[in-house]
Amino acid sequence: MGKIVVDVMLKPEILDPQGKAVAAALPRLGFSFATDVRQGKRFEITVDGDVTPAQIAEVEKAAEVLLANPVIETFTVRAE
Amino acid sequence: MRIGVVTFPGTLDDRDAARAVKYAGAEAVSLWHGDADLKGVDAVILPGGFSYGDYLRCGAISRFAPVMTEIIAQANKGMPLLGICNGFQVLCEAHLLPGALTRNHELHFLCRDQTLKIENTTSAWTSNFTKGQEIVIPLKNGEGSFQCDDETLKLLEDNNRIVARYVGENPNGSRNLIAGITNERGNVVGLMPHPEHAIDSLTGPSTDGLPFFTSVLTALVGK
Repeated sequence: MGKIVVDVMLKPEILDPQGKAVAAALPRLGFSFATDVRQGKRFEITVDGDVTPAQIAEVEKAAEVLLANPVIETFTVRAE
Repeated sequence: MRIGVVTFPGTLDDRDAARAVKYAGAEAVSLWHGDADLKGVDAVILPGGFSYGDYLRCGAISRFAPVMTEIIAQANKGMPLLGICNGFQVLCEAHLLPGALTRNHELHFLCRDQTLKIENTTSAWTSNFTKGQEIVIPLKNGEGSFQCDDETLKLLEDNNRIVARYVGENPNGSRNLIAGITNERGNVVGLMPHPEHAIDSLTGPSTDGLPFFTSVLTALVGK
């Protein structure tokens, strides 16, 4: 079985209140490394057999219309 | 006049929207998300709630419901269409309106009476207001921050497509205090606050929401 991974992130110019809340929580727990945190979504899509370029292309189409909202988000698609 | 009110799984405010339609003097017609039949209605309201549990993104799944195909086709031909709260999110996801609604900037779910200023009185849903009129209606949402790129914002501002703005402190981080917008033609309106909860002083903070529902009757009679 092959796996296709889609990562969706808010565009850099879109405010990410969840990421900001995480960034604010880290120092309270003693973690001082973060200057910024952005939170995104990851989709893991399982397919029969090895992943083909045609399947990647199909998933890219699906990401454009459903998995991501191109108005506020960007996405990457890759086989894993 | 017959106005359709759509119920998706997870819709909350369909009954109040239907009640507002009746108060305005029209017949409310229930439309089911899984049924592509609009039953010959003259206009449609997408009410508030959490359709499909807000899974993926608010409105992202509802947009592909069978009833939406016909609603999008009719709206593109000029049928008046109002999206309230979750309905506004559906309209943005369906690309009937530009931009997107994102998480409130302070992350809190808001539920309060909100003052708005009506900026556009030419849309199908706002013609019975006066320009600059201030109204108080409930605002209740977790993802009400209107976002779009600079170019879209300029287009909305320059073409009088901002229907209403929040008055006072920005409640949710919306760009330019935007509470509602309309499409180029003025038949499709998306509004984050809830006019359907402000039509009777017994059950709401005011009756300021009612003109949204009487405006569309004026628009339909004038056609």
